[in-house]
Amino acid sequence: MELSGILFYLISFLIMGGIYSVICLALNMQWGFGGLFNAGIAGFYAVGAYSAAIITSANTPNHVGGFDLPIVVGLVVAGTLSGIVGWAIARICVRLKADYLAMASIGIAEIIRLAVINEEWLTNGSLGVSRIPRPLEEFFTGRESEMVFFVFVWIIVAITFWVAHRLYKSPWGRVMRAIRDNEAAAESVGKDVQSFRTQSFVIGAIFMGVAGALSAHYFKFFSPDATEPLLITFLAWVMLIAGGSGNNKGAVAGALIIWAIWSMTEIITQQLPPDWATRSSYIRMLLIGLFLQFVLQRFRAGLFPEKAPKLNVKSHG
Amino acid sequence: MMDFINFYLVPGITLGAIYALGAVGVSMIFGILRFAHFAHGDLMTVGAYFGLSAVWLLGIPALAAIPIAVALTCLVALFADRAFYKPLRQLPTIYTVIASFGVALIFRSVVQLVWGTESQVYSVGFQKPIVLFDSLRIATRHIQIILATAAITLGLHWFLHHTQMGKTMRAVSDDPALASVAGLDPEKTIRWTWIIGAGLAAIAGVFVGLDTDVHTMMGWNLLLPMFAAALLGGIGKPLGAIAGGLIIGIAEEICTYPFFGESLISPSYKSAIAFVIMLLILIFRPRGLFKGRLL
Amino acid sequence: MSYKILDVQNLTAGYGKLPIIEDMHAKVDDGQIVVIVGPNGAGKSTLLKSIFGLNKRMSGDIVFESRSIFDAKTSELVPMGISAVPQSHNVFPTLTVEENLDVGTFAAPPKDKAATKAKILTLFPDLKDKLRQQAGELSGGQRQMVAVGRALMSDPHLILLDEPTAGLSPAYLEVIFDLLLQVRDSGVSILMVEQNAKQALRIADYAYVLVNGKNAYEGTGAELLKNDEVRKSFLGGGAPK
Repeated sequence: MELSGILFYLISFLIMGGIYSVICLALNMQWGFGGLFNAGIAGFYAVGAYSAAIITSANTPNHVGGFDLPIVVGLVVAGTLSGIVGWAIARICVRLKADYLAMASIGIAEIIRLAVINEEWLTNGSLGVSRIPRPLEEFFTGRESEMVFFVFVWIIVAITFWVAHRLYKSPWGRVMRAIRDNEAAAESVGKDVQSFRTQSFVIGAIFMGVAGALSAHYFKFFSPDATEPLLITFLAWVMLIAGGSGNNKGAVAGALIIWAIWSMTEIITQQLPPDWATRSSYIRMLLIGLFLQFVLQRFRAGLFPEKAPKLNVKSHG
Repeated sequence: MMDFINFYLVPGITLGAIYALGAVGVSMIFGILRFAHFAHGDLMTVGAYFGLSAVWLLGIPALAAIPIAVALTCLVALFADRAFYKPLRQLPTIYTVIASFGVALIFRSVVQLVWGTESQVYSVGFQKPIVLFDSLRIATRHIQIILATAAITLGLHWFLHHTQMGKTMRAVSDDPALASVAGLDPEKTIRWTWIIGAGLAAIAGVFVGLDTDVHTMMGWNLLLPMFAAALLGGIGKPLGAIAGGLIIGIAEEICTYPFFGESLISPSYKSAIAFVIMLLILIFRPRGLFKGRLL
Repeated sequence: MSYKILDVQNLTAGYGKLPIIEDMHAKVDDGQIVVIVGPNGAGKSTLLKSIFGLNKRMSGDIVFESRSIFDAKTSELVPMGISAVPQSHNVFPTLTVEENLDVGTFAAPPKDKAATKAKILTLFPDLKDKLRQQAGELSGGQRQMVAVGRALMSDPHLILLDEPTAGLSPAYLEVIFDLLLQVRDSGVSILMVEQNAKQALRIADYAYVLVNGKNAYEGTGAELLKNDEVRKSFLGGGAPK
């Protein structure tokens, strides 16, 4: 491969890595700070992606919109709708043990998937939404437009990081982390803590929606296939835990490293003979599943452990 | 009216029976190991495929393959517990929830590697339905599934109330700290929890194949109604979970019946019913219908 | 001196790295009720939990029937002949009274389960017509009986009771203490922690006063009741009755 080819491979890698960084930072707000288990990341991502797609794509007879509005408007709507969904689910589940939120979030992702497939007037069903613009497309095309998009994505990563950092440093952030790993304390928390937990869940959901919007703009086309829970939800969890839950730098590092590993295994498996190539995707899934177990058992603090010592062991008596 | 029974109520009970068998395990694992087992649906898939292999290799009918599927699925569950869940036992249980999320993926990808991703059926051909009272037509497979589930429910009730291990499991589910003060062996109780949970999941998996077909996503797709059924019945109440499963199965089918000329909801949103019931339970009765634990 | 059931020697124990009790001793002889009293936070419950393997024993020794149980786990102690009743949450609420009693036999089956159960029901006749009721529906005093009954089902030589009268009305307090005397007379030694010190000392064969995790006073129940300093500091003053 020529040098520019490698450069542009690197850029497209960093674009996806950036989108995953936003998801991981968002997940870190929910899990790393609040101990809230979200198993339905793909749902929030889909809400964001479809909102942005419908708001910004060119007018079409196939479904509602597109409204051809500026990308910034799309991002705001994507974040807002995703945040509202997050708020509704958090209101119900935040007072209960994390497992309940996990079950409910699986449900919300499932409902959103059903709606996306069935509400053809809105989403064009399995055919998907097309002609989604990228920023400044009228001035740059081809590889230049990739460069522009790369900058755009990483500006969003920086904003997400800043918000996550502010949350982490806030007095409430400290309280949350103090009680997060202590189930007894977490159970006895009062209304105020519940409202902060709701807040961190909603802010996380907003950025998951934004990440969805970014990917819709990047692919320029969005269909239900792109909300495959495996690739979104599962990879994000592996990334965050490997990177270091509770640590924002860890979230970004985890996203980039795991995305690099994931992409490399794809390159390797593409070299395999054809009848192995179909099976290779299952081998990759198996390996990432085993990798998560390894990280959970041996490497729980992650690459960038949280600075404050974690109360990892159940409280006694 | 007969249409309602033949095409909505009976299939609803059948579907509910499958949810029920899966939900028993979810509820028991939640009650005794204290975590939501996200790999339970895929454990069901594993069971269904073991059944498929037994049918293919031995040329036996699907019902006869159940003991083989149950035995192998139990071994898989015990191995998964030993390898993936036990090392995390001392940590907050949410880590085990995350691990089970990964185990679900491991199960599914192994199934896809070994058996491929094509849908499969246990047997081809049309079974003549049994006709009762002239107009009540019930498919044989529905009768088999419903009767087997009824028998299992009775057996489970007997086990929980009349055997030492059954009482131990209920005691651990009630109060794990007191159970250990009473000298009960937690690991042995956990092993039995897996054996029963996995065994019933395997049976449910074979029943899915008997009712429709076997495919690699079947278990993951059943996870939401199984969770909803376990919550509806009350955590740590296996018999409640059976009731919960039946309620959700019947509700899903009945909601598509054209009561007023048009079905209550579009059939493509059937699986939303479980979610709505789950949310209502979490909002109004987090302990479920039968006063289970609140974790 | 008769045969020793329990001998706690220079025990230091607590949670994590933090010792709650230090260099403590306590003895229980055959057929005795031994009571531990002391102010809140003195480490009374910690002592019981350490004996029963529920928190960390750091140094010293615990000898039960001339065997060291310093390293023994809870599940090993029940078959050896020690049972314990925690202070609260001491019955399985959704199990029936009868099932609660049954659970007591699982870790250490008694020689004759029917006879043991009959013996317990003569001690606690109140439970006889409640056998099929869920334990969680009983009154506080009855729950306490179920809890002690469950502990007795394994035919133990020693039972450890953590504040058996906590939360009970004064009238019930006498009932429970009376029952404990009967349990002792049936041949089971008792080591118990009590908040109602005055009444407990009246039934105690021997007692220890614990202050700040250390032994402060000891003697027979009658001796401690007469001791002016103990009375002033721990029994709310007043002359002995």
